[in-house]
Amino acid sequence: MNMRLSYGMGFILLVLPCSLLVAFTHYPALKALLNSFWNNGSSIRPSRFVGVKNYQTLLEDDKLMQVLINSFIYAIGTVPLAIALAIGMALLVNSKLPATGLMRLSFFLPTMLPMVAVANIWLFFYAPGIGLASQLLNAVGLPSINFLGSTNTSLASMMVVAVWKEAGLFMIFYLAALQSIPTNLKDAARLEGAGSVRIFFDVVLPLLRPTTIFVAVNALINAFRLVDHIVVMTRGGPNNSSSLLLYYIYEVTFGFRDFAYGATLTVLMVVILGILAAFQFWVLDRKAHYQ
Amino acid sequence: MKTRLKMAIPLVTGAAIALTAPAVQAADLEFYFPVGVNAPAVATIEKLTNAWAAQNPQHTVKAVYAGNYEETTTKALTAAQAGDPPQVAVLLAIDIFTLIEEDVILPISDIATSPEEKAWIGSFYDGFMVDTQFGGKTYSIPFQRSTPVFYYNKDAWRAAGLDPEVTPATWDEMVEMGKKLTVKDDNGNVTQWGTRIPNLGLAGAWLFGGLVKSKGDGLSTDTGTEARFDTEAAKASLDFMLRLAKEEVMAPGGITWGDTPKAFLEGQAASIWTSTGNLAFINENAEFDWGVGFLPGGDGPGAPVGGGNFYIFKDTTEEERAAALDFVKFMSTPENQAVWSMATGYVAPSAAAWETPEMQAYAKRLPQALVALDQMPHAYREFATFQRARVTQFLVDAIEGVITGGADPAAALAEAQDKADDVLGEYR
Repeated sequence: MNMRLSYGMGFILLVLPCSLLVAFTHYPALKALLNSFWNNGSSIRPSRFVGVKNYQTLLEDDKLMQVLINSFIYAIGTVPLAIALAIGMALLVNSKLPATGLMRLSFFLPTMLPMVAVANIWLFFYAPGIGLASQLLNAVGLPSINFLGSTNTSLASMMVVAVWKEAGLFMIFYLAALQSIPTNLKDAARLEGAGSVRIFFDVVLPLLRPTTIFVAVNALINAFRLVDHIVVMTRGGPNNSSSLLLYYIYEVTFGFRDFAYGATLTVLMVVILGILAAFQFWVLDRKAHYQ
Repeated sequence: MKTRLKMAIPLVTGAAIALTAPAVQAADLEFYFPVGVNAPAVATIEKLTNAWAAQNPQHTVKAVYAGNYEETTTKALTAAQAGDPPQVAVLLAIDIFTLIEEDVILPISDIATSPEEKAWIGSFYDGFMVDTQFGGKTYSIPFQRSTPVFYYNKDAWRAAGLDPEVTPATWDEMVEMGKKLTVKDDNGNVTQWGTRIPNLGLAGAWLFGGLVKSKGDGLSTDTGTEARFDTEAAKASLDFMLRLAKEEVMAPGGITWGDTPKAFLEGQAASIWTSTGNLAFINENAEFDWGVGFLPGGDGPGAPVGGGNFYIFKDTTEEERAAALDFVKFMSTPENQAVWSMATGYVAPSAAAWETPEMQAYAKRLPQALVALDQMPHAYREFATFQRARVTQFLVDAIEGVITGGADPAAALAEAQDKADDVLGEYR
């Protein structure tokens, strides 16, 4: 059954994926690392080697500190919320309620929209005074809230958008996982006298663990990777209250055109993501139950 | 192989003859432009570029809409560094220092050297020329220039018992009149604010420059190496913004640029401070009687100028430069300035444009358009230094910190000043 590939053939098959990986992942990462030891040059001032000076700047950067705290809150807030919502929606559309097809479609719809479109829709929701959120608040006699214009609410508003956008996609994974759980396990539990809550927590949830790990990794990566809505809605403001690490990298690199410091920040981001990925795969993976 | 070479020789010689011929050479231009206002800008630009291409069939021009101002600058600089810049682009007037530092633009005064061309460069209003010049050279040509004005809802003025022909001239009058204009519902929630000054982001910093000007100071100087944040005028301007919120004339907290015309049209704000670039949009959509006045000022009138100019890029051939210059001249003829100004509301940057019959008729039809022109003598250049994006961000952070985060104005401005001095120190 097993056909052995010749080494030559194996090599040829590996060339394409490897060259793509090298060209678009490894080379840029390495280049960023190298650039981070040079200062920023312009056409009239060529850049020169400065050692770890960029990393010293990094340690003294107040704004970076705030951005990291924002990113941390953003990840801690959006990942569990998106997962919980996804499981809830998956249970709902997996149930025997009527119109589950319509529900599936409407829960999945936000995922299909491009993030920029989503951001523009929410921009309108949030608009103080004229937006839907304001009008709902006014209808019940509450003053409208300046969601995007206040340092207290801007980050939370961004998190709501991200959860709304992402939960639908994760729901699909959970739905697939739910449908692959053999009914005899649930039947057996029911015979033993377990209620539906007990069945959910002791039978269904453990079996969903591989999905949860997969979804958590993806959600966490997205928490760092997706900043389109920040660009459209707040540009990191007001006073950097909604700025995330990747947006800050974009701002420094292309806004301020400080490619050296941008590279330094990129190295930081790669390190953070590397640590997170290692933790998730090596620590959580061992606790997962695969069939 | 040999036959191919033989065939190539006559082709090459033919091309060489064509190159030395004195006839006008064909050039393929790429033209980047941004859109920053609610107006049919893209269609108008395309109409104008097509007209130029029709007059110059030997050339082609590709107009590329490249996003907002920042995105367009980023794209043009990235393309220039990759060795393939657009030949011509409309970019922020205040990006001049960045473009010079990156060494990607050509001073237009270096290629426009004939007497007629010198007269052409001299034909624009001085107020729009200050930020085109550096080191004795003119680097750009004014095109989509704007300045903010005070738009107000005359119906709201009447409802508040105010004279609909009188706008507040001073900050005190703004507060006084604004208090009458703010309307609350039975629950005590505000349904109409007295005024609205965008204070977030770069647009907030732009308008802030006008407040500072009205207190007799400026945020930057002609050298590009000085930021003036920690001044009495800047402090007074921040205090005024805080006072507007405290006296319930303006919504507290951050106010975005983009929603401002909409808030005015929907009756959320009785008056707004926004660009003349929104004139056409408001004229088309307002369902009430509206007017335009000078921005209320601290010690006297004051406003920033803003907007974009034509730049010609350095990494281009002689033919492309000649064609690009011709294109820019075409776009800034009085007639075409008038077309552009009427379609968008941008202030036509030369007196000749305002004297065209079309523009005269337009001013009669929409007298609001003239207010910006009258306000021009009180306008000052927009904040511009080397490393502009970074240094402006210090100012933006200071304004936002005070308005939305309750920071102390004096401390916030002093901090911004320190950071700006750090960055600009090496350019002095």
